[in-house]
Amino acid sequence: MRSTSSIADALSRRVLLRQAGAAGLATLAMPAWAETMVSLPLPGGPDDRPITTAFPQKGAMVLQRARPPMLETPFEVFDQGVFTPNDRFFVRWHWSVIPTNVDVDSFRLAVHGHVDKPLSLSLKELMALPHIEYAAVDECSGNSRGFFQPRVPGGEWGNGGMGNARWTGVRLKDVLDRAGVKPGAVQVRFSGLDNAPVADGPKFIKSLAVDHARDGEVMIAFAMNGQQLPLLNGFPLRLVVPGWYATYWMKMLNDIEVLDSLDTNFWMKTAYLIPDTPHADMKPGQTGVNLVPINRLNPRSFITNVKAGATLLAGKPAAVRGIAFGGDTGVKQVDFSADGGNSWHAARLGKDEGKYGFRRWESRFTPKTKGNAVLMVRCTNSNGDVQPAAANWNPSGFMRNVIESTPVTVA
Amino acid sequence: MTHKFVAPALVAAVALAALVAQAAVPTALKSVDVTLPESTVALPDGPNVAVVRDNCVGCHSPEMILYQPTLPKPAWEAEVNKMRNVYKAPLDPKDIPAIVEYLTAVKGPK
Repeated sequence: MRSTSSIADALSRRVLLRQAGAAGLATLAMPAWAETMVSLPLPGGPDDRPITTAFPQKGAMVLQRARPPMLETPFEVFDQGVFTPNDRFFVRWHWSVIPTNVDVDSFRLAVHGHVDKPLSLSLKELMALPHIEYAAVDECSGNSRGFFQPRVPGGEWGNGGMGNARWTGVRLKDVLDRAGVKPGAVQVRFSGLDNAPVADGPKFIKSLAVDHARDGEVMIAFAMNGQQLPLLNGFPLRLVVPGWYATYWMKMLNDIEVLDSLDTNFWMKTAYLIPDTPHADMKPGQTGVNLVPINRLNPRSFITNVKAGATLLAGKPAAVRGIAFGGDTGVKQVDFSADGGNSWHAARLGKDEGKYGFRRWESRFTPKTKGNAVLMVRCTNSNGDVQPAAANWNPSGFMRNVIESTPVTVA
Repeated sequence: MTHKFVAPALVAAVALAALVAQAAVPTALKSVDVTLPESTVALPDGPNVAVVRDNCVGCHSPEMILYQPTLPKPAWEAEVNKMRNVYKAPLDPKDIPAIVEYLTAVKGPK
């Protein structure tokens, strides 16, 4: 495997960057290879981002960060269908040392730790196990972080740090059963091929409870939307944890370790913690809040065919549509409001592609009064959880799922 | 000839099923070799920009800094300390005030 960067590369890159600055590029707002700009828009800014096609196996994406790669799905993609194309699917890596070359014959997935029989599986051996397939939303814990007020540091996503794909793979349970999980196992830890460019930088690893790992749904995926994964989405294998945030969906998965005690590594014990409160909500500066590892997705819904600031004609029927997802269960109902939430009307739901996926919704209404109006959409999931009217806040910018508002003008 | 009336539909169905199966599940994966682009964004001028260049953009490209919201000095201090203490950025503690001064000048309240 070759790596894109090491600390030595990083040092030479500093030289490169210094030269670029000396050459007068210091005021350049976008990389030379980026094509156009888009406004997300984020309160207080900065909200302009380049649109780039420079990343391998990727189409036009919103550039959040070149290294480690962080690419957002342009929002209009969500209007084109409930499955997010692989070349438009969001990308987010924690560390910059990412293999750019993966050989399918020499790749091995290790299974070890608290097991009877450690395994080293080739891709052929793994793909010979029974296959499963389902649709599931992959959403970054910090999707929509850029909308938090007060603003918080981090990856400043708009709403495109999410995507829905039809995943194909094998059951994690089947792989664990082949290794034979010993009694007393507590968690299962997942690790990928990426690494930190600095010595002692905590390797990105994540764990699930052993019962969750063996629920028969958690998948080791080798395909998304019927094709092998783009490298930046985790080729050749990634974990799929339906209904849970993307932080657990380990990319370039090559190591599974069964633990006989709770995982206390940085990425489980210190990072990716949320307030143990409804909607993971707390006040800025609030103390004494119990923190727990982030876990289940919450319900969300979006209008995808009417942009903020659009003009609608009074007396003329308008069609509005979008996507919704229930989080860790299906969509029960989507309601649409054309009057800023004073009255709600059940939207028509599209085909059910599986409870963990996006669901299309659509509604029609006729604007009557000229002036400003606010369109809103609200998802209720099959557990009865409904999107809140007020935005949540926490210092990490996790789990935003407020009812979305789209201001329009009726003329 | 008796099967003539059902055969076309059957053949079409079998062909379609094969096509769907093929599209849905790759039977083998193909090795991948790609190149990732490097950012050509440079840090804007500001106090101690050379210190920031030498210490901060080894692990992440400059956009990570430039796309942050406006943050007050204590928040930038917390960020830089986090980079050193948690993510093990190899930076000299003596350089931290200079880095915080730059970040506050470029990305602090105006």
